[in-house]
Amino acid sequence: MAKGRIVVDEDLCKGCELCISVCPPGVIKMAADRFTPQGYHPAELVDPNEECTGCAICSIICPDAAITVFRWVPADKIKSTAP
Amino acid sequence: MTDKKMAEALIFSKPESLTAVPTHYCPGCSHGVAHRLIAETIDEMGMRENTVGVAPVGCSVFAYNYFNMDFAEAAHGRAPAMATGFKRVNPDMNVFTYQGDGDLASIGAAEILHAAGRGEKITVIFINNAIYGMTGGQMAPTTLPGQKTTSSPLGRDIEAHGFPLKMCEILSQLDGSAYIVRRSLHDAANIRKAKKAVRQAFEVQRQGLGFSMVELLSNCPTNWKISAQESLVWIEENMIPYFPLGDFKVHPAIVESKKG
Repeated sequence: MAKGRIVVDEDLCKGCELCISVCPPGVIKMAADRFTPQGYHPAELVDPNEECTGCAICSIICPDAAITVFRWVPADKIKSTAP
Repeated sequence: MTDKKMAEALIFSKPESLTAVPTHYCPGCSHGVAHRLIAETIDEMGMRENTVGVAPVGCSVFAYNYFNMDFAEAAHGRAPAMATGFKRVNPDMNVFTYQGDGDLASIGAAEILHAAGRGEKITVIFINNAIYGMTGGQMAPTTLPGQKTTSSPLGRDIEAHGFPLKMCEILSQLDGSAYIVRRSLHDAANIRKAKKAVRQAFEVQRQGLGFSMVELLSNCPTNWKISAQESLVWIEENMIPYFPLGDFKVHPAIVESKKG
């Protein structure tokens, strides 16, 4: 199973594509089939082979703090859980 | 499988010190990254109720809408003067200004010089993107030699327009300054380093050591007329050679504490 996943807030995403350029496994794509309320194509996670590791580099480079990152960790080491 | 013992942890989410509204910045603009670094640092230090920021004039003129804390809007370039007032009336508050290169290095050059010279215990976050963004891409004091802008269409000619101002180098010469560093926002590793510098600057202020400033090399894909990705490469290839990254002044007390 995947080690991590991201959720893109489409109200905040402006489609600058910086997350795509830095994603190590290359599992972020632009969603060409829809627009955000601001009129941009949003980024989305396309991860059929479950390669996302939850490294959070996309969220560090994202200028709009639009990406929330989750990662599977041992339950006894957890600090804050997914809502 | 050990599924039973695994749980999904929240690694990253939007910091509490930022409001939930979309910003007006262009796609790919580093202002958003700089806002987030400040907000994360304030969250980590638990100072949100004790912080007041001062917004500048420029692209970040609406910063008060995006930070979830007390904020004031200063006249163009006068953010350090306003912050001086806040800090002197409330010495226990964490006071920071957020200024662009046009605001800080051009019209506000006198204010920043004298705030640093007086050793005001405030923190300045200086966003240097080598151009005037809001007004449409005119030449700024930090525009690089040869760089094309709408007011220097043939490139900045140093014979006619002079040399760019290196604010970190200038302010680090003043006795009142305690922490003057330059960082860049062009990749994830440098963004992490920038965050550490912002944290250190707030620590310098908390300890009352003097004036602190973090200069952040930033991008402007719209007015540089390149894509967001290309703009980050442009920072690395063109801006960093002219504006070298590094610590220009670190108060001896900070150096001592790092030695342990």
